[in-house]
Order: sequence, then structure tokens, then C-alpha cells
Amino acid sequence: MNESTSGVLSALKGRFGDVDFSPRPLIDRGESGSRFTGVWGGEQIFITVSSDKLLDVMRFLYEDAACSFEQLCDLTCVDYLNYPKARDRYGVLYSLLSLSRNDRLWVKCFLNDPTPEVPSVTGIWKGAEWMEREVWDMFGVRFAGHPDLRRILTWDGFKAHPLRKDYPLRGRGEREDYPVLTRDSR
Amino acid sequence: MADLAEMEPTTLEQEEPGGDLWTLNFGPQHPATHTTLRLVLELDGERVIACTPHIGYLHSGFEKLGEHLNYNQYVVVTDRMNYISPMANNIAWHHACEVLFGIEITPRCKVLRTIIAELARIQDHLLCVGTAALDLGAFTAFLYGFAEREEINDIFEDICGARFTTSYTRVGGVMQDMPDGWAGKVKAFCKKLPRTMDEVVALLNRNRIFVERTKGVGQINTEDAINWGLTGPLARASGVRRDLRKDEPYLCYADNWDGNGSSAVSFKVPVSTGGDVYSRYLVRLEEMRQSLAIIDQLIDDIPSGSVNVLAGDKQTLPDKNEIYFSIEGLIHHFEQVMTNRGHTPPMGEAYGANETANGELGFYLASDGENCAYRARCRPPSFINYQCFPGLVVGHQISDVVAILGSLNVIAAELDR
Repeated sequence: MNESTSGVLSALKGRFGDVDFSPRPLIDRGESGSRFTGVWGGEQIFITVSSDKLLDVMRFLYEDAACSFEQLCDLTCVDYLNYPKARDRYGVLYSLLSLSRNDRLWVKCFLNDPTPEVPSVTGIWKGAEWMEREVWDMFGVRFAGHPDLRRILTWDGFKAHPLRKDYPLRGRGEREDYPVLTRDSR
Repeated sequence: MADLAEMEPTTLEQEEPGGDLWTLNFGPQHPATHTTLRLVLELDGERVIACTPHIGYLHSGFEKLGEHLNYNQYVVVTDRMNYISPMANNIAWHHACEVLFGIEITPRCKVLRTIIAELARIQDHLLCVGTAALDLGAFTAFLYGFAEREEINDIFEDICGARFTTSYTRVGGVMQDMPDGWAGKVKAFCKKLPRTMDEVVALLNRNRIFVERTKGVGQINTEDAINWGLTGPLARASGVRRDLRKDEPYLCYADNWDGNGSSAVSFKVPVSTGGDVYSRYLVRLEEMRQSLAIIDQLIDDIPSGSVNVLAGDKQTLPDKNEIYFSIEGLIHHFEQVMTNRGHTPPMGEAYGANETANGELGFYLASDGENCAYRARCRPPSFINYQCFPGLVVGHQISDVVAILGSLNVIAAELDR
């Protein structure tokens, strides 16, 4: 872990006290480590935040001078349905980037069925808007407080969330069952 | 008749939008959208009042496919993302794979990939600069750009056999080494390109129609650019000083890239503060010159040695000579390509990103130790850059919509994946 990231973690500890963020590297390589040299061979640290504290933590990470994550680089989700030893189903993943400190931090928020929902961060980073719509479309995770939570890549009548692990690669026949419009049917 | 002296002067800007707004459906099939994009524009006369982009017409489930294709097979899909510069996508994908696997590639491979990544950047910018003029009615610069793109396609064909769908990289290396005489071709191209660029500059930079149509159009300031998540030339044209090649360097952009203390390639990152269509055009133009400078530093001195990581750790494909002429090589090859064998990446997640022509192209990979990625998320620069579009066009004329759209360089295949 580099100094910059440990500065962020101690700032978080100072503000949120006893909350356990359990910072860990995204990948545990054990003793051998990575042979990849340079910046990208270094450790990539993520913290875990529960959905009720997410908005406070995000706002702090955005505003605090020691953190100053000005940019939401990416927002996505992983469905851990078949993942070995996974305890939660969905992991909504925020990839934060600080331009002033040239540092990255990943924030994970684990969710479960039947109503996976997290607060929207569009109030902090405007760029989150479409990425949250994409996660809703692909995984069925709702973002509370999103200004316009519609499907973005699939069509409006589509019912499934295709990037979920229980959705088959070839679909559930949506393509075959799609109503064909002819001159007569109009 | 009212007294003229008492009347308030009204201008077009002050006029309140009346009840006679009209809606224009722009796209999805329209030459000026370049690809399959659809905009619904709310217009007051010719002025844009509101704009709603509808995307997803080219959604092909690339990320779902990434969970069913192995780390070498998926490179074929990355070609189809940004088909304007497929090589850059190939390199970005395998960069992320190598970050996950923890593989360090050979110096020869790094140089080859750097040269190719810069050629891909030129290829992309040539199209964007050319169409910037084309959308405003100037055809010549577009044709100049396309003639040069043709040369780059030839160079790519020589090294990998395909002009468009290159699929050149592999985990830990590339598909094949460069052929004899390839470096000479690249050098000849690099010598020729500045002349074409000078011609484009002469045609456009001080062309009154071009400047008046682009200056001050589609402006976005630095804070907004960061907040909307813009990267690449778009962000740099708005005064954001960030380039992954400098800030989080990889390949030959990093110091000590060959393990023997070689210094990073030297180049400048063009930044403009205008934030408008014209600034984006200028930034792209200058980036091409810097790319040429980078290629110039590397092309004469490509290190010798293997282009692939040696196959000791069984993560990379063996050399073709080994496959054909030794039983160990053949077994190793089978172990790699059989569906129930293949790669054994460590369990966990990793993110790797490259600076491509449109911005930060990253891949977030989750691996459960199997042959295929558990989740292959692509951070698509087009998708994230396109979000701010409605804010850029509101208040402008309908003909400016085309100019702004061209300056964002949105590639729908990458937008929708």
C-alpha cells in the first residue's frame, strides 16, 4: 500500500471512527507477488462500505482534502452468484480517481436479493448517471435518488438483466419471441 | 402605431421559447452521426432547447461474451469495440490481462506495442480531424486523412495479416514478430505524414468558416469535465492535465521499461483551455505530432530477443517453431487451447487501463481462477464521454450539433458494446 492510500484510510478512520472498511488489495497474490513492474504492478486497494453509509463515505472521499477523489472513473457491478466462497450476491464497484494526488481507490458495496438497492452518487459525480443506468439495466440493482433510472442499452420492454450470472448467454428466447410488425398488424 | 422610442429592443437570445417547439428525430441512420446514434432534439426554430440521446442500437453483449471466451479469444471482440483504432483496444485488453496475471512482457514486445499504440492513435485522430471538417462541409481534409489511414492499415496488414480486425496481441506477447522491412515502412510513413498534416493545417486552422463554426461551440469547463468523468483529448482540451502515459505510465512510457535503466520516451502532452470544438481539434492535431515523435525515438532501436514471454510459466502460447518441431511445444500449445485447460490466472480482481485516442480505456477483470474471466468490465471512454453531450448542445443551432458530435468522436460500437 502506498503512502497516498494510507493517508486516505487514516482520514476515513478519523471521520468514521469505528466503522470497519477492511481495506484489502483487489487480488491476493500471496508470497510470489506480481512480476509486472511499474505503477500497474502495484497493489490496488479496495474498501468495503455498507449501502446505508455509502453516500456519507462517498461525499467525504470527494470533499476531504486528504482524499479529493474528483473523478468517478468507473462504476460497475459484479454478480458473485457462482464465485467461490462468495457470501454476497452483488458487488457494486466504484472506481475513484484523484487527479490532484494521482491515486486510485476502489469502493465495493455488497448487496443481496430480493431488493438490491444503493443510493445514487449522481449528486456528487454527474458522470455517474449513465453508469448507474447501465448497472440497473444489466444487473437490476436500483439506485435510489437517481434522476432518470431507465434502461440504457436494452430496450424498454426488456424484462431480464442480462449480465446476471443466471441469465443464459443465448438469452431466454427474447429474440425469437419478439413481435414482428407487418403492414397488416399495424 | 406604437411609439418607436418606447419599444424595448428584442434579440433572438432574449426571446422566450414559444409554444411552437418542434421535435426532430436525429438518427439512428444519418450520415452525420457517423454510426448508429439517435438523438431526439427539441427545437425552437433552429435552436436546440433540449436533447435526449438514446443509445443501445449496437448493443451486442460484449461483456457477457467476455465471461465465455478465454483471455486470448476475447481479443477478437475488442477489435469490434472501437473499430477506428482496433490495435489500441487489443493492447489495452492484454495490458489488463497481464496486470491480472502478473506477467511482465519482454522489451521487444513493449517497443512493438508502443509503436503500434501510437500508430493507432494517429489512425483514430486522422479520422476525427478529417470528419470534423467533413461535418462542416469541407471534404478535402477528410480525404487527406483517409489516404493516410490507408497507409496505416497497410502497415497493420503487414504485421498481423488484417487491416481492420487486427487481433494482434496475446497474453504475454503478440501474435507474431514483425516481418522484415516493417520498420522501414513505418519510418517512411512517419516521414510522409507531417506534410499531409501541414496541408490539413493550411486548409483548416485559419479557415474563417471552420474557425467560426467551431470556436466557442460546445464548451465545457475544467471542473465540469472532471465531474462528468471526461478523459483523453476531450478533457485535455478543457484544461485537465492528465495523460495516463505520463501519470500512470506503462510500456515504453515508463522509466526503466527494459530492466536496464532505459528512460521513458519523451513527449509532450498538449493541453488547451478553450474547451470547445476548436480546442479539441487542435489538441488532437498536436497529439499526432507527439505520436510521431514517440515512434521516431523507438523505431531505429528495437531491442532484439523474443517477442513473447518465454513459456516457462505456461501462461503464454509457445512459439510456432516450437509447436511444429518439438513435442513439448505441441503439448504446451494443446494445454493452452483446449477448452478444459488453458490459463490459470490467480483468483481475484484487477484493473488495467491505457490511454487510447478517445481517453482512458480500462478493463476491470474478476477472475475465479478459471480459463475465462468471471467478469470482464470495459470502461469505455466513448460511453462516459458522451454523457455530457446534451449539456454541450443546448442553446446552439442544429448545425452545431453535428460539429459537437464529431468533436466527441463517439464510436457507437464502443458506446453500446
